[in-house]
Amino acid sequence: MIRAALEALSVWAVPLLVAGIPAWALTRKVKVYPVFVEGAKEGFQVAVRIIPPLVAVVVALGMLRASGAMDGLAALLAPVTSRIGIPASVLPLVLVRPLSGGAALGVVADVLRSDGPDSYAGRLASVMAGSTETTFYVLAVYFGAVGITRYRQALPAALIADLAGFAASVAAVRWLFGS
Amino acid sequence: MSAIWVLLLVASVVVAAVTGRVGALPGAIAESAGRAVTLSLGLAGVLALWMGLMKVAEEAGLVRALGRLARPILRRLFPSVPQDSPAMGAMTMNIAANVLGLGNAATPFGIRAMEELERANPTPGTASDAQALFCALNTASVQLVPATVIALRAAAGARQPADILAATLLASCCATVAAVCAAWALRRLFPAPPPGDRT
Repeated sequence: MIRAALEALSVWAVPLLVAGIPAWALTRKVKVYPVFVEGAKEGFQVAVRIIPPLVAVVVALGMLRASGAMDGLAALLAPVTSRIGIPASVLPLVLVRPLSGGAALGVVADVLRSDGPDSYAGRLASVMAGSTETTFYVLAVYFGAVGITRYRQALPAALIADLAGFAASVAAVRWLFGS
Repeated sequence: MSAIWVLLLVASVVVAAVTGRVGALPGAIAESAGRAVTLSLGLAGVLALWMGLMKVAEEAGLVRALGRLARPILRRLFPSVPQDSPAMGAMTMNIAANVLGLGNAATPFGIRAMEELERANPTPGTASDAQALFCALNTASVQLVPATVIALRAAAGARQPADILAATLLASCCATVAAVCAAWALRRLFPAPPPGDRT
């Protein structure tokens, strides 16, 4: 019941917003079309503006992954993390999630195939991926869009949030499904 | 950020030398640089669409109304942002889109909010406390509908692909609380330069 409502919401929300906002604005005597085009132009400029900071971040992270640092770190951490409820097959997700959204979904797909979607590892990987974001990408896009180069506490705070999300995922999956 | 960036670059080369994977680096570098452009330009369409809609919503007074609605919460989280700033409405729309799993729409709203926050930023080019908190919030957003993960689980033949909804909501709430606490607790460790100083 709740699930059906949520699914309906995720299907209907975008079409309703796209049609509803201009319709509402028209009743408020807004010159809808020129205003939309003006805003869309800004949006396009933002897309161009975030290219340089994204190149910097994506290249650094691409190098890090190609260097094998993640595999080494995973081998190093596996004995510890398997004891606190993170199976070896899920560990790469923890390491790659903040760096690359595509790679993270790749790990989730792997775990779902190898361990099964209804296994502890499969559920844990799903919850971890769903409850966290691609931290470095989000920061590069948002700060890049307004030309900020000094992030201050944003990066450590975001990484701490990721860690908390992973730990909470383990606890939540154990509590709700058993391990 | 400069130090972190250089650290990532140098560490990659050193590790690659140790693991004997230096040969993989040139390809990865070229591929990543290209992918960064594909990523940004891939965003161009949705950015243009949603920032256009956002502008329409602003002119119609919708954004301001939403901002007023969320003011009791946002005022506590972002005390330095002027009460009537359009940033309030943009942040509300960004958070709402994130919660509903509308990632595509969330990004343009978030960028709009960052632009408004930058206008109130006494130190342009350096993140203000409000911007740091807002970005941290976005990297740990509360998730009601993790649509992509549910689709993956359905494709993998899960009995109930959406049975992870409650656990995801719980975990993402914990991450969000951690983001707020960490951004608040760490703000004095990373002082902003005095206003006007752009070195």
